[in-house]
Amino acid sequence: MKLISNLKYMIVGMVFGIVFVKAEIISWFRIQEMFRLQSFHMYGIIGSAILVAMISILIIKRFKIKTITGEEVVITPKKFNKGQIYGGLIFGMGWAITGACPGPLFAQIGTGATVVIVTLLSAVAGTWVYGRFKDSFPQ
Amino acid sequence: MNFLDWIKQPWPWYVAGPLIGLIVPGLLLLGNKPFGISANLRHICAACIPAKIPFFQYDWKKESWNLFFVLGILLGAYLTSLWLSNPDELKLNSKLVNELSGYGIHDFSKLVPSEMINWTNLLSLKGFILIVFGGFMVGFGTRYAGGCTSGHAIMGISSLQWPSLIATICFMVGGFFTANLILPYILKL
Repeated sequence: MKLISNLKYMIVGMVFGIVFVKAEIISWFRIQEMFRLQSFHMYGIIGSAILVAMISILIIKRFKIKTITGEEVVITPKKFNKGQIYGGLIFGMGWAITGACPGPLFAQIGTGATVVIVTLLSAVAGTWVYGRFKDSFPQ
Repeated sequence: MNFLDWIKQPWPWYVAGPLIGLIVPGLLLLGNKPFGISANLRHICAACIPAKIPFFQYDWKKESWNLFFVLGILLGAYLTSLWLSNPDELKLNSKLVNELSGYGIHDFSKLVPSEMINWTNLLSLKGFILIVFGGFMVGFGTRYAGGCTSGHAIMGISSLQWPSLIATICFMVGGFFTANLILPYILKL
């Protein structure tokens, strides 16, 4: 592992962690508001994040901006399969129950909600079970 | 109001959203890395419990940047709760407060509802569903879908990938259905 070169990603992650907490994105209650259409907050966050990311990618492509090491920026295309439907529905259900998607799980643990370690381990178990029995699910 | 009081307030969506959006070009320009959190759950499986399963046979060390990224999320959240946390209660929609009061939830001061999601409740049916079962669905569903809110909703849609749009629609359908029609029964337990 190249420890030093990976530290920059840790710093970007820290910024993300700060935003997660300060904008209450990791709040179970904000997620409930979102799924009940009781607040614009989460829609504003996800929508403006998509917009800013989209414009940034267009700029990178239009001006052929290279990475800091001079590589061409490559985005691997995602292929459609039925998992995006079935898996998507299952994840949505879990999101509503736990009030957290994978990123906020890490952030919730960081704020001291240590019981969320169990939620995270359970999510790892869910991932493992998917990987183990992958071929039995429609793809 | 001094700077510290100002920064301790909750940040509005138009500050948080664009900052998150900038993570996408940030990771691309730092090293051609795609934004996506749930892949880490797979990397943890590949590193700790691969059990000769083909899905976990790959060089996870090449993806270790992402584990550093989530470690950063954890640290950032820790430092924020240490120094920058908002001293006031969350300002929630009164309809939600009324609904949840009906289930005996009265503490809205924390980001994670500690009245339900805590170590003591872990082995009650309600706690088990909210913590263990919900977590399992998050891990299983995101891997089956090939991504979560970051990988599909933000990275995928912003790079104009229609499978990610479908995944995101399904996230929302599953969430709306569960929050409105199933969660009330869980919270009544």
